[in-house]
Amino acid sequence: MPETVTLVVNRIAVEVPAGSMVSAAILKSGVNTFRRSVTGEPRGPLCGMGICFECRVTIDGEPHCRSCQTVCRNGMDVRTDG
Amino acid sequence: MSSKTYDAIIIGAGIVGSACAAECAREGLHVAIVEAGIVGGGATAAGMGHLVVMDDSEAQFALTRYSQQLWDEISYELPREVEHDACGTIWIAADDEELAEARRKEKFYADRGVKTEILDAQALAETEPNLRPGLVGGLRVPGDSVIYPPCAAQYFVDQTLAKGASLFLGVAVKAITAEGVLLHDGTSLSAGVIVNSAGSSSPALTRGLEVKKRKGHLVITDRYPNFVRHQLVELGYLKSAHTLTAESVAFNIQPRRTGQLLIGSSRQFGVDDAQVDAPVLTRMLDRAIEYLPGLGKLSSLRAWTGFRAATPDKLPLIGPHPEHERLYLATGHEGLGITTSLATAKLLVAQIMNRETPIPVTPYLPARMAREPVHA
Amino acid sequence: MADAPDVLVVGAGPAGMAAAWRAAQSGLRVTVVDDNPAAGGQIWRGGPPEAQAWFERIRSVDVQVINGARVFQQLRPGTLLAETNSGVCELNYSSVVLATGARERFLPFPGWTLPNVMGAGGLQALVKTGLPIEGKRVVVAGSGPLLLAVAAYLRRHGAGVVLVAEQASVSQLARFGIGLLRHRKKLLEGWELKKDFSRKGATAQSKTEYLSSCWVSEAHGTEKLEGVTLMRGAKRWCVACDYLACGFHLVPNVELAELLGCSIESGSVKVDAFQQTTVANVYSAGETTGIGGLELSLVEGEIAGLAAAGKHNAARELFPVRAEQRKFADLLNRTFALRGELKVLSTPQTIVCRCEDVTFERLQRYTSWRAAKLQTRCGMGPCQGRVCGGAVEFLFGWRAESVRPPVLPVKIESLR
Repeated sequence: MPETVTLVVNRIAVEVPAGSMVSAAILKSGVNTFRRSVTGEPRGPLCGMGICFECRVTIDGEPHCRSCQTVCRNGMDVRTDG
Repeated sequence: MSSKTYDAIIIGAGIVGSACAAECAREGLHVAIVEAGIVGGGATAAGMGHLVVMDDSEAQFALTRYSQQLWDEISYELPREVEHDACGTIWIAADDEELAEARRKEKFYADRGVKTEILDAQALAETEPNLRPGLVGGLRVPGDSVIYPPCAAQYFVDQTLAKGASLFLGVAVKAITAEGVLLHDGTSLSAGVIVNSAGSSSPALTRGLEVKKRKGHLVITDRYPNFVRHQLVELGYLKSAHTLTAESVAFNIQPRRTGQLLIGSSRQFGVDDAQVDAPVLTRMLDRAIEYLPGLGKLSSLRAWTGFRAATPDKLPLIGPHPEHERLYLATGHEGLGITTSLATAKLLVAQIMNRETPIPVTPYLPARMAREPVHA
Repeated sequence: MADAPDVLVVGAGPAGMAAAWRAAQSGLRVTVVDDNPAAGGQIWRGGPPEAQAWFERIRSVDVQVINGARVFQQLRPGTLLAETNSGVCELNYSSVVLATGARERFLPFPGWTLPNVMGAGGLQALVKTGLPIEGKRVVVAGSGPLLLAVAAYLRRHGAGVVLVAEQASVSQLARFGIGLLRHRKKLLEGWELKKDFSRKGATAQSKTEYLSSCWVSEAHGTEKLEGVTLMRGAKRWCVACDYLACGFHLVPNVELAELLGCSIESGSVKVDAFQQTTVANVYSAGETTGIGGLELSLVEGEIAGLAAAGKHNAARELFPVRAEQRKFADLLNRTFALRGELKVLSTPQTIVCRCEDVTFERLQRYTSWRAAKLQTRCGMGPCQGRVCGGAVEFLFGWRAESVRPPVLPVKIESLR
C-alpha cells in the first residue's frame, strides 16, 4: 500500500499520508476556511466526527461533502467554498 | 374559573387564524387568540408557502387573485424572516395535451388581467436547465411568489398583540359554547364573535363540518442555489388536486430564498397518522426525479407530513355558521391556505361588520354545505 | 447480501466491538455497521496500541463489518436502511445492538465559530486523520476527562499545549480525585497525565498548565483563530494560539434509538439489566446509554452481545464489573457538571445555531424548542440540531423532540 496520496486542493497539489481525511489535507495545504456560513462567516471543521457539517467542501464536483469523513484518494479534486 | 369577554375569539393561530385576528384588530375589535400548540405550527408549518393564482374555478381564481394582490400590497413591510420572494411559477407541460392546457390557462388569466407567458421547449430549458430534456414547454406566471409561512403567522399575531389582543398559547379549546369557548384548563372566554380557524382540527370543535384531513408529504434539501429558479409545478398537479381518490402525487418544487429546495407534493385521504409513509414518499420523489433528474444526488435534510383541511368542493368555508349565532368559520383551505389567508380575513371581517364584501362571498359561505341542524 | 444476521450491531466503537465479539463467540451470525472508514469509533480511531487486543478479538470471530455505512431510517421493524457511497443497504436482523456512542457538547461563546476553534475530540480526530500539529500552539478547554486525554495526545504529537482550562472547580476535581481512589487504574492514568504535563516533553515545547475553574470567554481572530481570552475568578488574560480544542463533556447519540421507538431518559437510552431497551429485540450499550467511559462501554457491550445471544447467565457474570464502572460514570457526571457562568458567555450577537446562523438574541424570545425552530430555523440545518441541541438545552432548558427519518442527511435517491 502506498505511503502517501496526492490530491488537489483549490488547484494546488497536496501530499498526505495514506489514510488521511480530506479535512486534514485542506488544513495542511494552508486553507483554514472550508466554507462560508449563511451570513458569510468563515467556517472550518468543528467536531471531527461527521455530525457538525461545518467541514463541507466540494469533492470531485459534488457539493456538501463532509471532508472529515472522506478518505483522501489520488487525484481527488477538492474545492473549498471560502 | 375565570371568565373574560372579548369582541372576537379566534381559534387557531395558523396563517388563516392569525390573518383573521390581525384584520379584526385592525377593525378595532378586542381580540383573543387561542392556540393549542404554537403559532403557525400546523399545516402552516408543514406546507409550501406558495402564493399562487389558481384557475380551477371562477370562485377559486377570484379568491386567490384578490388575496395575492393583498400579499403584494404588504410585501414591502413583511419582516426579513418571512423571506418573501417573487420568483414566479412555471406550470410544466410534458406533452401536447398539457401544453394545450397551458394555453387555456394563459387565455383564462389574460382575460382576467393576470400576466403570464407561454414558454416553448427551448425557452423552458434555458430558464430551468435542470429540468429533463423532452418537455414541451410551460406557462410562466411571474406574479406568483413564495414565503416562509410560520414567520408570516407570527408577524400577524404580533400585529394583533400590538393592538392589545390576548394570546392564549399552548391551551386547547375544549368546546365552543353559546357565548364563547371553554378551554381545557377551565378558563371560559366569551365574545360576540367566535371564529373557528382551526384548520384540520376544525371539525373536532364544530360538529357536521365538511372538512376532512388530506395528508401531504414534503422533503427539504440542503442549499443548492439556482438549481431551480421558479416554483415548478407539473400541469398534471391539477389532476392530483382534483381527484377524491385515496392517494396521489404530483411534481411540485419550490426554491427557498435560502437556496434549499422544498419538494412535494402528495395527497392522501382517510389517513390520520402523521408518520412519513415510505411508499408515498417514494412515489413523490420518483415523480420529482422524473422532472429533475439531477435531484437524486442532492442531499436531503428532512422529510415530514402535514394535514390540509379539505372540503368537498375545494373551496374554503368563510362566513357565519348557519346555526350558531356567534360562530364564524374560516377553514377548509386545502392547499391554498397561505395564499388565500389575507382574502379570507377581509371577507370574514366584512361579514362580521355587516359590510359589503370586497369580492362576492357566496361561493365560500358555510351555508352552502347545510345538512341537518347541528346542535352546538 | 447473504442471509440476514442474527445480530446487527450499529457502531464499531468499543461497545459495538464488544457486543459483536460476544454474540459471534456465542455462535450467532453478526454484522457490524459503522459510518467511519474503519472500526474503533472515536476513542480508538486509527486503531491505537491499547485497542489492538479488541481488534484481534473481532478478527478472530466470524463477524461481517460494513464500513462507510450511515444508518438513516427504519424501513420496518427488523430492517434498517444505511446509505453508503454506492447506494442504499438494507439491513435485516433478528436483534440489533445500538452502540452509536456520543458526541461532544458545544456551548457558544463569542468567536466560537472561527476556523480552528474545534471540539477537543474534534481536534484530536483531525490530528489522528492527518493534520500536522507539531509546533502549533493549542489551548484545550471545556470540561471532562477527555480534555486531559486530548492534551496528552497532542503533546505526544509535538503540539505546544499551553494550558488545559477545566471549568469544574478544584473542589469538584478533588472529590473526583478521591473518588478515583476506588478506580485505581483510572487514578494512575490521570496521575501519569498530570505529571507529564508539568514537564517539558521530549517533543512538546513547553509544559502544560491545568487550571480548574477556568474557561474561555472569547476567541479572537479575523478569518481564523489567533488567540483566546481566559477567565478564572476575577482574572482575565489573553493567550495567543493556533487552535482551540474546546468541548464540554459528551452527549449520547440517541437519535437512532429514538427513531426505533426506544424510551429515552435524561438524554440516554433506557435499558434494563441485560442492556435491552424498551423495544423488543433492540439492545443498546456504551455511551449511548449514558456517558461512562471506555471500560463501562466494553462491559455493557459484552452484556448486550451475550443477552442478544440468549446467554443470560454469562451476561449476569459481568454485572459486578458493570456496577463498578457505573460508579465511576456517576462520579464522572457529577464532577463535570456545568457551571452557571457558562450560560452567560454569549452576547446577543453570538451565533447559537451554526447551520442557520441564528443568534442568541433571536432565540431568547421563545419558550419552547419547537417554536424557536419553526420561527428561526435553529436546529433545522444539516446537523439536525446535534450541535446546537446540547447548547439550547443548557441555555434554555429545551429538550429535543421526536426524531424523524432521515436520521442524518442522505441523498434524495436514498430516501426513495
